[in-house]
Amino acid sequence: MIRHATRLVCVVTPALLLAGCSGWQSALDAHGAPAMSLKQLIILIVAVCSVVWMLVMIALIIALSRNRRERPLPIAPQPSTQRRMTITIVAAVAATTVVISGFTVMSFFATRALGVTANDELTIKVRGLQWWWSVEYFGTSPEERFETANEIHIPVGRNVRLRLEGLDVIHSFWVPSLAGKQDLVPGRANELLIRAENPGTYRGQCAEFCGMQHAHMAFLVIAESEAEFDRWTSAQRQPAIQPSEEELAAGQHAFLAKPCAACHTVRGTTASGTTGPDLTHIGGRKYIAAGLFETTRGSLAAWIADPQTIKPGNNMPTVPLTPEELRAVSAYLASLK
Amino acid sequence: MKANITGPDTRDTDLERSQLRAELAETWKTPRGLWGALATVDHKIIGRRYILTAFVFLALGGILAALMRIQLAQPEERLIGPDRYNQIFTMHGANMMFLFAVPVMEAMAVYLVPLMVGTRNIAFPRLNAFSYWIYLAGGALLWLSFALDMAPDVGWFAYVPLSGPQYGAGKRADIWAQMITFTELSALAVAVELVVTIFKQRAPGMTLDRIPVFVWAMLVTAFLVIMAMPAIMVASTSLILDRLVGTHFYNPAEGGDVLLWQHLFWFFGHPEVYIIFLPAAGMVSTMIEPFARRPAFGYLALVMALIATGILSFGLWVHHMFVAGLPRLGNSFFTASSMAIAIPAGIQIFCWLGTLWDGKPLFATPLLFIIGFIVTFVIGGLTGVMVASVPFDTQVHDTYFVVAHFHYVLIGGAVFPLLGAVHYWFPKITGRMMSETLGKWSFWLIFIGFNLTFFPMHILGLQGMPRRIYTYQPDMPWHGMNLFVSLSAIILVAGFLLFFLNAIRSARSGAAARDNPWDAPTLEWATASPPPSYNFARIPAVSSSHPLWNRSDILAVASGLRTDRRELVVTSLVTAEPQAREASPRNSIWPLWAAIATTVMLIWSIFSPWAVVWGSIPIAITLIGWFWPKGTPEDES
Repeated sequence: MIRHATRLVCVVTPALLLAGCSGWQSALDAHGAPAMSLKQLIILIVAVCSVVWMLVMIALIIALSRNRRERPLPIAPQPSTQRRMTITIVAAVAATTVVISGFTVMSFFATRALGVTANDELTIKVRGLQWWWSVEYFGTSPEERFETANEIHIPVGRNVRLRLEGLDVIHSFWVPSLAGKQDLVPGRANELLIRAENPGTYRGQCAEFCGMQHAHMAFLVIAESEAEFDRWTSAQRQPAIQPSEEELAAGQHAFLAKPCAACHTVRGTTASGTTGPDLTHIGGRKYIAAGLFETTRGSLAAWIADPQTIKPGNNMPTVPLTPEELRAVSAYLASLK
Repeated sequence: MKANITGPDTRDTDLERSQLRAELAETWKTPRGLWGALATVDHKIIGRRYILTAFVFLALGGILAALMRIQLAQPEERLIGPDRYNQIFTMHGANMMFLFAVPVMEAMAVYLVPLMVGTRNIAFPRLNAFSYWIYLAGGALLWLSFALDMAPDVGWFAYVPLSGPQYGAGKRADIWAQMITFTELSALAVAVELVVTIFKQRAPGMTLDRIPVFVWAMLVTAFLVIMAMPAIMVASTSLILDRLVGTHFYNPAEGGDVLLWQHLFWFFGHPEVYIIFLPAAGMVSTMIEPFARRPAFGYLALVMALIATGILSFGLWVHHMFVAGLPRLGNSFFTASSMAIAIPAGIQIFCWLGTLWDGKPLFATPLLFIIGFIVTFVIGGLTGVMVASVPFDTQVHDTYFVVAHFHYVLIGGAVFPLLGAVHYWFPKITGRMMSETLGKWSFWLIFIGFNLTFFPMHILGLQGMPRRIYTYQPDMPWHGMNLFVSLSAIILVAGFLLFFLNAIRSARSGAAARDNPWDAPTLEWATASPPPSYNFARIPAVSSSHPLWNRSDILAVASGLRTDRRELVVTSLVTAEPQAREASPRNSIWPLWAAIATTVMLIWSIFSPWAVVWGSIPIAITLIGWFWPKGTPEDES
């Protein structure tokens, strides 16, 4: 309700905008050091430019409305007027030069500040694919490596270096509340430094047009305390839990027997496909299908039953399942916390 | 036949006024009927055709925009699916850039430049006819593919690998690439004609510092076209090669480079913006004189600003790639150069303000569009300064902020002056005035509708709404403003409808126009409205930059041209001293055949590389027909 009211304010009074709206994917709702300094820069430049625009408008209004003495038309320029106008215009051009030089220097230093690194940096690899995100954590040994999808957990107050890898087409990684965007370009190794100052869930979305489902390529960055983050990573490293109930076992059986396992990995089972997202702990992720639905048994069932209607053009085929199998598979996946 | 009566080698000095006009009309006429229409090389007929076609494409592109606004009015709208939406926004961008904005500016120049420099036809008039047919074919190709649901769906920028052989399915990206070939061919042809017309066909006495600013703007623009278009030609040709014959220019797995595409595309794509904006700036500088009723302040500064913008425009392209991961220091250089373009833009704005300040404004519709232009273009220019800053850009790149920015620059900066120019030159082109009442209504609707539609998009962008998304989810805080934007677009559409209504009604039944209804100072107003086929019965000779404002004497003329064949005066580059009498080609059907042969070859080459080999034979034949001496008086010179 409160959020709804805030949204209304955002819409109705754009002027209030620069004070900051609580969108959860907004450059003006900054919660990370890079985004905060960008927000300051944005506000400063917008403010200066607004003043410039208003000065030009005042000059325009006066030019159009001032009283004039009668002169024969067309007006023959007078040398004294020409001289005065030349001086004014030279001064205005000089002022323009000063303003844009200031902007250039500010931009240079702001960019430099964004690249500052720290020692306790965490490195995560993010791959962009049509139309989802693969996320890989490394840890200190090869056994600690694990993959997840569309959800990136980071510890609050620590620099996180994202190694961005484009695998098919160009995508762009953007969580406006935490940092500016960076493209994922096939054949190039790009990096982006993000950092969250406050715990919270921040939405991000692909910003470079990447084909049919560019609109549905969202992800979440979840910033949490160091302790919660450690709990989360150690849980993620575990293989998927073995089903304890009959229905879940039936679901696992169907998942492994049907084509699902050809594209998806569930660690701890024989499913080891790499075309689609790693599903080892899918039940614990907030959303499925790159931010399309909250993860529930129902949404999983709907997605599996007809992915092409829900997200036309995506790479998941409709796998023919009986109603019983569909129920069991979705229950099984929802149980993979 | 008439030529025989007066004998061979008749000069205009030999004839009485009425006899001279009759003789010239016979020599320069376009025959009535279909054949005449297809074979004409009259720059006014071709220019009019060009302008009309471009405005048809504007209307079609506007319909696409309206469809997108309906789709985005509310979250999860299901009116248009993702496949069709991607075609629509690609078509909207490609259509507006390649089929409307660039051609319409060149079209205005095709019509106006020969009149403004005081000559009888554009240089290379048959090439001019050819360029129109090629442009029409390119537009038809794009729109037919859309009707067949196989239009390009990769954005007007067609980034690889999405448009490459692996991810761009079907023939969609090939159609995009060949549409580029068509439009760049026609644009290059017109650019060459304009450069030669402006350099060599100016009226005697029209020295470099007496050229109207619009003509200067078109000269700079023509050079930009000549220098920028080859980059996109290289890009689109190598894309077709990648797709059709399996080269690997853009395939990183085989040593190709994905970013090579972006460099080539934007090396063309950024000057493209100025190819659209500079003519508009020239229109403003030229139109402001009769409405401020004073010569434009700072002629030299205005011309230098045009040239400086043209040169700088080739040093900015990387600001479209600030988040592609290029070296930071390189990016900073492009921040500086992109900011620097604000200086020549500022100079022009200040000169226009000075002109209005010292002038005595006449608030007719063209001036309203100039004022609307200044208000909105300054916003577009300032947001341009914002996105030139690398850190600022990392937050707004590829968001609705950029959509707002470039619509402020392209609609506010180019379409507003263009609409003003249509009102201004309409009496010259049609012989009838446009309605002032409807003109003012359409201005206010367009101005208010435009700002209400596009200003909120800045905010949407900062709130995180990316471009090119076919829908968004209800939990994003964007729906209220999107609905507002879509509703505002109705006002904008109403304004454009009123403009079209005004133009159509006035062309049929508007008040008859005098030769110089605005009391303007430039040469196109020295002839009848609409001008006769030969433009000027006697070639004007000028002695100032505002020839029609010199009351001291009536316009002097240069004489001695033959009247029994198409002839015009060639003058020297700097001082415009008469150098020679030059024959100007007659009407010919061959440019049409050559355009048809070229069209067949280009479309065929979407499907087979051998089209380039076999398709060039008919082109060669048509070119031979084109240049074959026909024994006409023009051939004998």
